[in-house]
Amino acid sequence: MAAADMTTGGDRQAQQAPGTTRRAFIVGGNRIPFARTGGAYVKSSNQDMLTAALEGLIARFGLQDERIGEVAAGAVLKHSRDFNLTREAVLGSSLAPETPAYDLQQACATGLETVLGLSNKIRLGQIDSGIAGGVDSASDAPIAVSEGLREILLDLNRAKTPAQKLKVISRIRPKDLAPDAPNTGEPRTGLSMGEHQALTTAQWKVTREAQDELAYNSHRNLAAAYQRGFFDDLLTPYRGLNRDSNLRADTSLEKLASLKPVFGKTLGSEATMTAGNSTPLTDGAATVLLASEEWANSRGLPTLATVVDGEAAAVDFVHGKDGLLMAPVFAVPRLLARQGLTFEDIDFFEIHEAFAGTVLSTLAAWEDEEFGRTRLGLPGALGKVDRAKLNVNGSSLAAGHPFAATGGRIVASLAKMLHEKALTEGRPTRGLISVCAAGGQGVVAILESA
Amino acid sequence: MTDKYTQMVSRGLGKDVAKRLGLPQPVVLRRYEPGAPLITGPVLVSGDSAGADDVATALLGWGLDVRRNALPREKLGAIILVLDALQHPGDLGKPVLTAGGSLRDLAANARVITMSRTPLSASSPSVAAARQGVDGMLRSLAKELRAGATANGVLLAEELATTSPSALGALRFFLSGRSAYVDGQFLTVASASGSMPADTDKPLAGKVAVVTGAARGIGAAIARTLHRDGAKIVAVDIPAAGDHLAAVANEVRGTALQLDISNDDAGHRIIEHAVERHGRLDIVVHNAGITRDRLLANMDEARWNSVIAVNIAAQLRINEALLRSEHFRDSPRIVSVASTSGIAGNRGQTNYGASKGGVIGMVRCTAALMQPFHGTINAVAPGFIETEMTARMPLAIREAARRLNSLKQGGQPQDVAEAIAFLASDAAGGISGEVLRVCGQQLVGA
Repeated sequence: MAAADMTTGGDRQAQQAPGTTRRAFIVGGNRIPFARTGGAYVKSSNQDMLTAALEGLIARFGLQDERIGEVAAGAVLKHSRDFNLTREAVLGSSLAPETPAYDLQQACATGLETVLGLSNKIRLGQIDSGIAGGVDSASDAPIAVSEGLREILLDLNRAKTPAQKLKVISRIRPKDLAPDAPNTGEPRTGLSMGEHQALTTAQWKVTREAQDELAYNSHRNLAAAYQRGFFDDLLTPYRGLNRDSNLRADTSLEKLASLKPVFGKTLGSEATMTAGNSTPLTDGAATVLLASEEWANSRGLPTLATVVDGEAAAVDFVHGKDGLLMAPVFAVPRLLARQGLTFEDIDFFEIHEAFAGTVLSTLAAWEDEEFGRTRLGLPGALGKVDRAKLNVNGSSLAAGHPFAATGGRIVASLAKMLHEKALTEGRPTRGLISVCAAGGQGVVAILESA
Repeated sequence: MTDKYTQMVSRGLGKDVAKRLGLPQPVVLRRYEPGAPLITGPVLVSGDSAGADDVATALLGWGLDVRRNALPREKLGAIILVLDALQHPGDLGKPVLTAGGSLRDLAANARVITMSRTPLSASSPSVAAARQGVDGMLRSLAKELRAGATANGVLLAEELATTSPSALGALRFFLSGRSAYVDGQFLTVASASGSMPADTDKPLAGKVAVVTGAARGIGAAIARTLHRDGAKIVAVDIPAAGDHLAAVANEVRGTALQLDISNDDAGHRIIEHAVERHGRLDIVVHNAGITRDRLLANMDEARWNSVIAVNIAAQLRINEALLRSEHFRDSPRIVSVASTSGIAGNRGQTNYGASKGGVIGMVRCTAALMQPFHGTINAVAPGFIETEMTARMPLAIREAARRLNSLKQGGQPQDVAEAIAFLASDAAGGISGEVLRVCGQQLVGA
């Protein structure tokens, strides 16, 4: 029974003194390649993909039979039967079944928030190790019955006699049978995310050319990263895919310029957002291994970077005060101020590319003097992001964006980039992550090389 | 899985029909499982030298039922012919004919094993003739044995005791189910290095082993077998095979390293991973290999070069890194997977044959470089092995390849893995620069 006791308690590495904190480290990550919806993962459920991503992580770091402090992950598009999605994925993995898990949901910020939540627990000494992550399938999305049919079915369940049941069934009308498919529309405005961004893109006068150029760089940078083997220890193939299926290594500015606009066609101004400079619906999963220094060291595992700090923000997009995806614009200055940092201190900017327009509107707001004074409460503009430091290994426009998986993708990649740059330059390096999310939310974080 | 034909003719009606029609009659081979007895039935130790007495004593120490003379009509598990003191070919007759008298009493999956001395160092022509005679006799005898029985030989260096660690290690290997598909082969024991394991079921306990090409087929079997024998596994394969690799790594409770072994820094990456994650590096199995078959007349540069790059150039480069590394100094082991194509040749495989012949050349030459730190390097040369790859061969060619050997069946990936696990063990410390064929004594070529 000694072996069983080892996994149920009494094996804590180091006792944390009460009231103190310690650093939380990123050991590494694993994701499966992201697939365009309806593609390679059309038959894969969220649980399948999250389990696959976990299994790859377990294999990379030899975590078989390990009782991890806690696993946190989530999905944005989630079946009600997946109420314990992460725990079920853990039980289907090679981790010790004594590993607890919880689900988290914060729209596209889900993945980054799991990293912040677990790293905080590590900092507090509540756990020594954690696996953060996220998964989403737009292919295997839940489809609900109509609200009318749902009420009838619930009544049917309550009916006792055959006569009562028949009476309830007789209420079904053809219109009730139309399913209620998920969409990315905002419940309070009825506008899709793309249409919301089109408003913001137009407001900040972001040009079609600038958006296409950002998309082009995303594909080019991601392709180059694959080419030099950057993802060899960040990714495990799945269902025949060994790189993101949305990646177009051979795309060109001309090709991108030839695409027809899909969002913002009714705004009066010229529509600029195309399928090329907007992120497609994607399926995929990503995981990140977090640990205390002692936990990682005692297992011979690397420590690439620390999770320094994070900040969430939200905006009032409902009344049009700010754009739907502009919350990070407010979160970043608050986070930098708390850490006493400026853009000059940042080596890599990872700004999630929901749309090229989102990134460019965000950068424009930070560069705007008046916005800085009136909205951010600063003496002037927050600052200019050096484009040479922006999404240098590609981002969501090229890789795709399985909503809850994006945070894990960015954190693991950035941790590796910071570690490599710190090694070559012999100094600590810092990275800033910014992820916008539905509901006018945003989560941002700072990582530092370990 | 044993092939369907073998299953069919191994018992009942199928067995009778095959016998009457004179069809090949393969049997299900005895394969090693942890905890299984080394061999069942009495073991006849034949030979009147002091070395023979020593072997008999050692076998008694292993708890075997040892005979110095055969009893009439008693089923034998094995015959060990100790011929370490031959002076003249005339000395062969008596012991060999005595053994011959017991051949009909061999049980299924029995073993005949010779222990003789290597002819290369013979002091006179007659001694050399006697020693080389053992070679020809044993290879012929192997072709006469039936029902899964095999004949193999241990060749001892001059003055080396019949009970030196690796002589007994090789003897154990040949007696056990680990050598199921090794037939008609010799292993030379060059030195008294090596030691018998504390736990014969965990001969690799405490070792860290790297297996390249571990995602599937023979590589996955090697990972499983080394893990079963107690080693910690670093499973290496190209990134594109990462999903299968992860499954194998998780199964064997090891770590997966997605790495193209033809990268310049592959050796460094392998050493770094093993040492950082597992604290040491003891065993490297060069299994990764590719085929790009074409008749030479149709061969293009890409096909030729890629096979050379992956199958031999990568091994050479990784070995250079290993030989330079301070972390590969504690009686390390390198085992390479060669191929019978590199020995006997194979139509359409000039590139592959060159690469696998290259492996054999490399192994023989590297042995001396491993010696200063009690390291060894050896190769195994598989014949027809039942894998996903051979399952895709055209039926007629596959059946021919499968049956044209003394055991009349293909080998299993595990059979190759068992030979590698033995060569990687402490018990094989006195064996280096050797090429062990795991081919069921393939009849065609060499």
